[in-house]
Amino acid sequence: MSGNGYKSIDPAAQEMLRIAEEEGYETVFSRAEEIKPCPIGRDGACCKHCFMGPCRLVGKTTRGVCGATLDTVVARNLARAIAAGAASHGDHGRDMALTLLAAAEGEAPDYQVKDLQKLLEVADILGVPYRDRDEKEIARDVALKILAEFGQQKGELTYLKRAPLRRQEIWRKLGIAPRGIDREVVDLLHRTHIGNDQDAEHLLLGAMRCALADGWGGSMFSTDITDILFGSPAPLKTRANLGALKEDEVNIIVHGHEPLFSEMMVLAVNDPELIEYARSKGAKGINLAGICCTANETLMRQGIPTVGNFLSQELALLTGAVDLMAVDVQCIMQALVPLAEQFHTKFVTTSPKVRIKGAIHVEFDESRALEIAKELVKMAIDNFPNRGKVRIPKHVSEVVAGFSHEYITYALGGYYRASFRPLNDAVIQGRIRGVAGVVGCNNPRSTQDYAHEYIVRELIKNDVLVVQTGCGAIASAKYGMMLPEMMEEVGPGLREICEATGLPPVLHMGSCVDNTRILTVASQMATEGGLGEDIADLPAVGIAPEWMSEKALAIGTYFAASGVYVLFGVGSPIKASEEVQRIMSEGWERTVGGKLEFVEDPEEIVRRALEHIDKKRAALGLEEYNPAKFGKSGDRLMLQFLKALEEGKEVSLYSAKSLLGA
Amino acid sequence: MSRYIATRAIRGANYIVNEAEKMLQKAIQELGPEAKVAFPNTAYYLPVIYGLTGIQVTKLKDLEKVLEIAKSLLHPIPDDKHWLPYLGETLDCGAATLLAEEAIEGIRFAYGLEPEKITWGGYYVPSASFTAPDFMKGEEGTRLNGPIDDAQMRAWGIQLVDGRMPGFAAIVGCAKSNEVAVQIIRELQQRNILIFLSGNVNGRSIIHQLMEEGVEMGYDTYIVPFGTDTISAIYALGFATRSALSFGGLKPGQAKEILLYNKYRVFAFVLALGEVDDLKYATAAGAINYGFPVIADTIIPQILPTGVTQYEHVISMPFDDIEGKDDLERARRLVEKCIEVRGVKVKIAKIDIPVPYGSAFEGERVRRQDMRVEFGGKDSRCFEYLYMKPMEEVEDGKVEVIGPDFDQIPEGGAMDMGIIVEVAGRKMQKDFEPVLERQIHYFINGASGIQHIGQRDIAWIRISKKAAQAGFKLEHFGKILHARFHSDFGAIVDKVQVKIITDKDLMAEWLQKAREAYNFRNRRLEEMTDESVEEFYSCTLCQSFAPNHVCIISPERLGLCGAYNWLDCKASHQINPTGPNQPVPKGKVLDEWKGYFEGVNRFVKQASHGTVDQVAMYSIMENPMTACGCFECIMMVIPEANGFMVVSREDPSMTPAGMTFSTLAGMAGGGLQTPGVMGIGKYFLLSKKFIRADGGFKRIVWMSSFLKETMKEELQKVCEREGDPDLLDKIADERVATTVEELLAYLEEKGHPALTMPPLF
Repeated sequence: MSGNGYKSIDPAAQEMLRIAEEEGYETVFSRAEEIKPCPIGRDGACCKHCFMGPCRLVGKTTRGVCGATLDTVVARNLARAIAAGAASHGDHGRDMALTLLAAAEGEAPDYQVKDLQKLLEVADILGVPYRDRDEKEIARDVALKILAEFGQQKGELTYLKRAPLRRQEIWRKLGIAPRGIDREVVDLLHRTHIGNDQDAEHLLLGAMRCALADGWGGSMFSTDITDILFGSPAPLKTRANLGALKEDEVNIIVHGHEPLFSEMMVLAVNDPELIEYARSKGAKGINLAGICCTANETLMRQGIPTVGNFLSQELALLTGAVDLMAVDVQCIMQALVPLAEQFHTKFVTTSPKVRIKGAIHVEFDESRALEIAKELVKMAIDNFPNRGKVRIPKHVSEVVAGFSHEYITYALGGYYRASFRPLNDAVIQGRIRGVAGVVGCNNPRSTQDYAHEYIVRELIKNDVLVVQTGCGAIASAKYGMMLPEMMEEVGPGLREICEATGLPPVLHMGSCVDNTRILTVASQMATEGGLGEDIADLPAVGIAPEWMSEKALAIGTYFAASGVYVLFGVGSPIKASEEVQRIMSEGWERTVGGKLEFVEDPEEIVRRALEHIDKKRAALGLEEYNPAKFGKSGDRLMLQFLKALEEGKEVSLYSAKSLLGA
Repeated sequence: MSRYIATRAIRGANYIVNEAEKMLQKAIQELGPEAKVAFPNTAYYLPVIYGLTGIQVTKLKDLEKVLEIAKSLLHPIPDDKHWLPYLGETLDCGAATLLAEEAIEGIRFAYGLEPEKITWGGYYVPSASFTAPDFMKGEEGTRLNGPIDDAQMRAWGIQLVDGRMPGFAAIVGCAKSNEVAVQIIRELQQRNILIFLSGNVNGRSIIHQLMEEGVEMGYDTYIVPFGTDTISAIYALGFATRSALSFGGLKPGQAKEILLYNKYRVFAFVLALGEVDDLKYATAAGAINYGFPVIADTIIPQILPTGVTQYEHVISMPFDDIEGKDDLERARRLVEKCIEVRGVKVKIAKIDIPVPYGSAFEGERVRRQDMRVEFGGKDSRCFEYLYMKPMEEVEDGKVEVIGPDFDQIPEGGAMDMGIIVEVAGRKMQKDFEPVLERQIHYFINGASGIQHIGQRDIAWIRISKKAAQAGFKLEHFGKILHARFHSDFGAIVDKVQVKIITDKDLMAEWLQKAREAYNFRNRRLEEMTDESVEEFYSCTLCQSFAPNHVCIISPERLGLCGAYNWLDCKASHQINPTGPNQPVPKGKVLDEWKGYFEGVNRFVKQASHGTVDQVAMYSIMENPMTACGCFECIMMVIPEANGFMVVSREDPSMTPAGMTFSTLAGMAGGGLQTPGVMGIGKYFLLSKKFIRADGGFKRIVWMSSFLKETMKEELQKVCEREGDPDLLDKIADERVATTVEELLAYLEEKGHPALTMPPLF
């Protein structure tokens, strides 16, 4: 385990873990200690794709019963995981599209087009006519067009054209331009069945194709539709960590990934009647908070606080302050149900896809979405008087979030001059050394948030602008790293950019499906000019320091296939095959320009990231990174002057000498 | 931006938009919603509003929509702690500020309060083109300039594109001292940078400072005093917006394109002198939208990253901290920094003479009471003559004054003088002599305190008392000419020597020689026809402004700006073989009468990036030549009269086409081919090839009186050539006809030949 010897660097988590230990509650942390990972499965060397095995390709065993080599087995295991990850994102996107369709057809009265501009932009990209048309008709056609891309059998996903031309050519040349979102998942599952694709390199090409159908398909559609239905995020302030729970209010936690249900919860908790009802039960109000990416979705758009990332889900229940936890899909631990039973907490599953034995199930139905949300809020209120001992840690940090790529473009030039020019200029001049996406999960196999926090802090100190999503973003949010004041702790060039724009050095870009926003930013930077012609030319890296899910592997793969150097922490699921490691590193770098490497040590991750960024800078012919050149602008001198003036010192507007001497 | 700047700019924006709203409500109450709102002599309404929003403001009530947009661009000021991003928000507030400021100026115009009235005893001649030096005296209580009119903008167009005038400085506030104010202005003038003045610090403006120091302000000296408040700085951005609309071919409402056009093509910056208040920050934020950086001479936060502007956004140069032995040197360094920040290399002619030098001084007048001595005019004779000699006969840099200097002449007196320039160069050709000779006017005029009018044997030069006191002597004319011919024509001129002749006998002798040469050149020019040459020349100088326009210049058709004829282009090509003037082989003659040439078509198609397929050199009705926007005149078909009208840039009046020059210019410019509309140089009117395919000069039914008066003799000759000596009188002008009805009545009465010519359509 890497880290500082603690299970978490989060003081709130540490506090709850102490309680868990003292009072004997089981958590993911304690289970991780009890269950050692199976070393063969962990390294990717266990094949259980048919019932002739399972075959463990270790020691002298170099082939499975069917003759599959270690390279095939490792690649096939990884490919299956990627297919599962892509399927999860794709299915999430499909639900969003179905809801958009239902909203357009009047079957989901609680949902409306909230961002018309975005709808029109998406319609434009998809080739859906929108001039002089009714908003609902456009929305319906957009939804139908997107749904068609799930089942599309031939051709290419429309969104591929959002990538730089050079990138599209690479995909086509390699034959990995995805045809349809579902088709690529099925294709990959088929290939990895016993007795099919048994060439590691070819299998991994298939995996890239499937991952691309996630990044430039399912996930990207999901992000866009979510923006259409609930608004494109713009900066706002909120809070992160367990301290966001309130002792005197009804606490409801939404957990999972899809915003369809949580957005309704936002409406419901603001219902005056329900608030009044809560008061009647002795609560001062209703406090909604989130966990995981459902939290990120409502945080980005509505400023709903997050109480933590993946590893904090059980800890939230341990506070005894959660009156109801409602979950939708993905990353929901089964352990929550027995844990909730030990407290007064009502635990509710809502997705038709997700039932957990022992949980209350209230199935979400988009045709009466708000009504169901209100039922749940009422259930929470009714449960408020049943609370036992409440122990809410004080720790909570302010966070500035809401950075959609649309807003970033605006932030760099306003309504009239919106563009990526200032960002590209900053990279070209070396004020910003490069850009890093630091994303992904938590994993109890490494200290919670340690790698996230360390890597982000090191990168910004080195003038690397960091963009984040998912549980990685929540980690930084909890430590105040997403505040504009963080500019005081970054390199001099990045500081100048932060001061010129007001942006924090670490940008929260949303949930894990919103990694597609990072793809869009990268594409725009590559086409803005001065930084090459392709995503692979950019001095940029992607890092998932504490990953654990199959979705993370799909994301990492679509970034690599889009030209990005991707580094995963914790450990390697392909450790057993040097050949597979070689293919995904040097091999992919030659063919797709990006690569995916698994590196356990956070320091080594930072070293490789900076080395790669500098390599790309050199390839672009940019000036060598030299932070000493920068840091001469900003408010400091002016504020010194004003202070001196206030103190009654003799100062002149025409001379800064006395101030600089001081 | 920084948070400090954002805070102040956003506060300023909220204040001024609110202020504009209150003013508008009051004005609508007092003057009524239909009250007229217009800036003088412009076809671009309130130009910033027109450019950014596409709204044509003509009445007070139109401003309501504008202020709604301004309000939608406002944002709250950033928090002290955990602030949200502010750059985009501040830029939007800047844009809102500009809309509000222009609305306020519009309201002031509605009340008749603009341009601002100012009282002082100095000289300031508001916006007059230079005709004679003594015609206008300083006037008390006159008005400042207010917005620049379209005609002046177009007159400057060619200089802005060919680099003679690198751009403009919008100075806001008040300099540390009068001395510094003058020095800053002089430094900018020496670099030929247009200077726009506005704003004040505690009520005192740089305009007051310059007035007190007797600095001549006006279009001709490149110093335009807009007004003494910050709001009047909006006129600088109106100028910038219109340059994008008129030269860039952009359409109103294409806000982003207009702003980017300025970022990439218009060299301009804001120089904030003295303390910067909220409104100045807000206005500067508006200017940054245009890509114009801000330089302050006081402590303000610097913004060094780039992007919205090409180079640094905001620079602070606390004046007393600038290295330099005195304030004058510091002022110079400040201006140098401004130019560096905008990223343009400005060539300054270093000429060893005792007065400042630069083309901004070209328009300076020397009035009789300020005059030490004059050459030419009523009481004496003056001529200038340039010719080429063999290499060995020219001693480079030699300046001889033959005869007495002017020290014996009483103050205000006159004397005879001849300026003989002898040049040699391997690439020099006899044909270039008149091209170079014409430059003498510009070169001599560039010296501060010296005024030059005319050319050849009607030259007229004055030296001011100030220049004489500074030590200016006759030999300095020679020094100027030597230096400038080398710097500007070094590619064709290797050696230059100058004789300044005041000796009576020699004077007569040389005048005789010069006149023979003038006659020879006149004949040579007349002989030169489009048929007599194998190649025409292109001029794509204006493509930096009008990216798809290309001029084809033939011996019988000069450039529409009036500044380049065929010989000029030929010389220019010699000087810079890869420059904007390229030889265009005529190639196969496709239609001699209309002027279609295969080579010309091929060139035009390629150089216009495919927007223009073919050009008829001698027609306006069929594939006419396009225009950038710098034209001297606009021609337009008047179908009812079966002929064409010609409006000159100097003519602000209404025309029978129902449009003024300014409005017409919008149709004629931007590199678009519009049959029936064409921009031309005024001397094209005299050409035998002038719209030959459409019937020639006899088709002219209406012409600005300015042209009729100033080109009377030449036009008379054309009428005679066309076989109708009374034709000029048959052509109507704005004094007799500003509508088609009046025009037709006049033409009928005079029996204009166009009425009986074959129908145009």
